[in-house]
Amino acid sequence: MKQPGLKVLKPGILTLVQDLGRFAYQHIGLSPGGAADEHAFLWANRLLDNRPNSPALEICFGGLQIEVLANTNIAITGAEMNATINDHPIENWQTHTLKVGDKLSFAHATSGIRSYLAIQDGFELQPSFGSVSTVMREKIGGIDGYGNPLKADDFLPCSQHKPKLTTHVPPLFIPDYQRPLILSVIANEQTDQFDAAELEKLYHWTYRISTQSDRMGIRLEGEPIIPNVHGIISEGIAYGTIQLPPDGQPIILLKDRQTMGGYPKLGTLFVLDAFLLAQQQAHTELRFTQISLQEAQDKLRYFYRFFGV
Amino acid sequence: MKLEFHIEHAGPDAVLIRFGDQINTDLVPIIRAATKRLQKEFQEEIRGLVPSYTTLMLCYDPRKNDFPSIQDKIQQHLANLNISPTEMGNLVEIPVWYDPEVGPDLQHVAEFHQISIDDVIHRHSETIYQIFAIGFAPGFAYMGNVSDQLATPRLTTPRPHVAAGSVAIADQQTAVYPISTPGGWNILGRTTMKMFDRHSPKLCPVRPGDRVKFVSVSKAEFLLAGGQIE
Repeated sequence: MKQPGLKVLKPGILTLVQDLGRFAYQHIGLSPGGAADEHAFLWANRLLDNRPNSPALEICFGGLQIEVLANTNIAITGAEMNATINDHPIENWQTHTLKVGDKLSFAHATSGIRSYLAIQDGFELQPSFGSVSTVMREKIGGIDGYGNPLKADDFLPCSQHKPKLTTHVPPLFIPDYQRPLILSVIANEQTDQFDAAELEKLYHWTYRISTQSDRMGIRLEGEPIIPNVHGIISEGIAYGTIQLPPDGQPIILLKDRQTMGGYPKLGTLFVLDAFLLAQQQAHTELRFTQISLQEAQDKLRYFYRFFGV
Repeated sequence: MKLEFHIEHAGPDAVLIRFGDQINTDLVPIIRAATKRLQKEFQEEIRGLVPSYTTLMLCYDPRKNDFPSIQDKIQQHLANLNISPTEMGNLVEIPVWYDPEVGPDLQHVAEFHQISIDDVIHRHSETIYQIFAIGFAPGFAYMGNVSDQLATPRLTTPRPHVAAGSVAIADQQTAVYPISTPGGWNILGRTTMKMFDRHSPKLCPVRPGDRVKFVSVSKAEFLLAGGQIE
């Protein structure tokens, strides 16, 4: 019998294979990569009782169309893209049964920008350096190992399964991506790179997401925060790091970040808030507040325990 | 020698271990030894180590450790760290064809210092450089120190396209571009050595702490080794 799987009819604007990322190669410069919004990604796998790190699709902005060549179950989460199976609308944040010959389509994102499509037991793809995460800039990971996004006629192999009872995310856990954003920051210990008055600005003013934002980082526009130094000696940068280049417009580093950076840093965006940020369109306005390191670690620990990562 | 360092948090899942606040070749074997030691002691307990000029970033899982406990463990593991001579790292020779055809900034660097192109080549290839860090792109090794008699600031406008294998300098630093990318460093020549080779078990021919000597080769040798002139 032919290998079961999903065939791409139209890839949409940008659809990428993702998992939780590759960590063991940062010392030779490989970006960790991984699902931009782990909250939605992990829910998609959890709904199917998959291992949390199972490869899934990250559909950016919409437009993906799939021909189904397998009998199996999927889950969709994240941005609302008014998905349909054979032109019948289907609900977001729950599982659905697919059968051979179905056509699965995603329209354009109306709330949030990234949807996740997980399949029972995950897509069967060869990892590159321990992960299937697509890092386009580095030409690593993804469907072919060379960092390419999905294109028409690509085939995503999977296993076959009987129809499954529908499971859905409890409404309490479904984020509203359009609600006003107040994001929590863990302040840096090294404060000598900024005057207190400059640091205050981050928490006082409203910032806007620039169009020059991508999976590598979100650039903000607003009241400039001018550091005391133009650069620092390059050092490792963690997820959510808030960098200040000389123009004073903050850059928040996300999953596809470079491993090292040489701009002054004023803190780290709390991980769970960074997932929410990765769902926002350009021009969205946001504000910042502070969170203690201990509270951030407590919340994060709870989050990962919940998903069994 | 008492090892001095300071541990600061870099968010809920990473710390920066700071060994100094200035670029200094003395830190290279220390950070290399610390990286090795922590890798060995922590193994699967941590999610990655990123050594750099003055720091070592350690990424951890907040479910296994909180900030105070990861600090304690790092202190413990780095107590009695011996910096042995083997921490000097390997000496790796990188063959370079220095020629304006593949080194479009040779002339500019020569003019900047009012010396000949041959002097530029000589000055770049006579020094043994330390690898301080690998980052920015897979296999991009930051090496120093380029002598003051050669150091040249970055281009005012970066090039949209720098060929893979380009050997370049920026101020006191030198590096090889592992992949074709935009870049603003002064390009002096090109090498056939692959700084990141996904098909090689080692992936990168060098590690932070290794030393590099650039060796001038002829066009014929460059082409024979598979060199490309595009």
